[in-house]
Amino acid sequence: MIKLTINQKAYEVDVNPDMPLLWVIRDVIGLVGTKYGCGVAQCGACTVHLNGEAVFSCVTKVKRAEGGKITTIEGLSEKNDHPLQKAWIELDVPQCGYCQSGQLMSAAVLLRDNPNPNDEDIDAAMAGNICRCGTYLRIRKAIHLAAEIQRKEGNNK
Amino acid sequence: MKRSASKAHYFLPVKTIVVVTVILSVIVFLTTSAFKEKNSAADVAGYKIFSTDSTESVRAFLQVYKVLMSPRCMNCHPAGEQPLQGDDSHVHTALAQRGKDGKGLYAGKCSNCHQPENTPGLHTPPGNPKWSMPPANMKMVFQGRTARQLALQIMDYNKNGHKNKNQLLEHARDTLVKAAWNMGEGRTPPPLAYDAFLNVWDTWIKKGGYAPK
Repeated sequence: MIKLTINQKAYEVDVNPDMPLLWVIRDVIGLVGTKYGCGVAQCGACTVHLNGEAVFSCVTKVKRAEGGKITTIEGLSEKNDHPLQKAWIELDVPQCGYCQSGQLMSAAVLLRDNPNPNDEDIDAAMAGNICRCGTYLRIRKAIHLAAEIQRKEGNNK
Repeated sequence: MKRSASKAHYFLPVKTIVVVTVILSVIVFLTTSAFKEKNSAADVAGYKIFSTDSTESVRAFLQVYKVLMSPRCMNCHPAGEQPLQGDDSHVHTALAQRGKDGKGLYAGKCSNCHQPENTPGLHTPPGNPKWSMPPANMKMVFQGRTARQLALQIMDYNKNGHKNKNQLLEHARDTLVKAAWNMGEGRTPPPLAYDAFLNVWDTWIKKGGYAPK
């Protein structure tokens, strides 16, 4: 049995330690917000956080995550009110939406490490996440807006 | 009387001999020191010299150089801020960046894709628990360096990650260095076998860490 903490909830899963974390999250646990895109760390659709850092869960074996803290799109915020989620809704960022949970998880790491990113920072942080619909310009705009929301909310606390 | 006078004429006074000897010693000392400083950093403080041999040392380094300039080593020691990829050393996809600590930036940390071990499959990300580039404050660039420049750089304590001679010898045994020979499918290994590399690396350093002219 492998012990995992996903979105602050403890799980014990009986799986092959070499199974990709994505398989465990989607097929064993049943959290299907995280998507399968390419399976070879080339598209970013499967991005989740492992101990606070973005990882591509399609190439991350579940044994690497044992004892660690995993956050998926379902756990990014309790009420879908993360500044990024607010900005995403405000600007209607998704088109088909398939890559968006990965986009949001990568953007969350960027905003944590750099609360006031410029376009160059955003491009560097987000280049691992591909969007076939080409929503890149809205993603960039939404990250700027989220940074603004985060600053305002931070000031109100 | 005549004979003894002529004998005295041939011998120099003791004082003159001492002075000439001291001057010659100083000249020899300065010449050898300057030569060493120019061609080797093996006598930097903290380095223990075994026995030096510039010819053998340089010959070994030229083999070392071939390995260090191969894509398996050079790709993570680029001249720019982005790592390189593949046998053709193209710039890494996804705008991968060095970052301050050499471990990537924001959501693009090296360990985002590079796992503790190789990912199975052709051209998939190779792995190691320590996967990273040199940090921003000591970039240890290989790309574009001549053999002489690279040898001097590696033997310079202030440019080699603050490694003394023994730490340099140890560095070749580091699991991340060794990972160059566990390159994953679709990548050419370095031009020397790992054991042969260790052999020339050790010889280069133990024989004085000399740089080619």
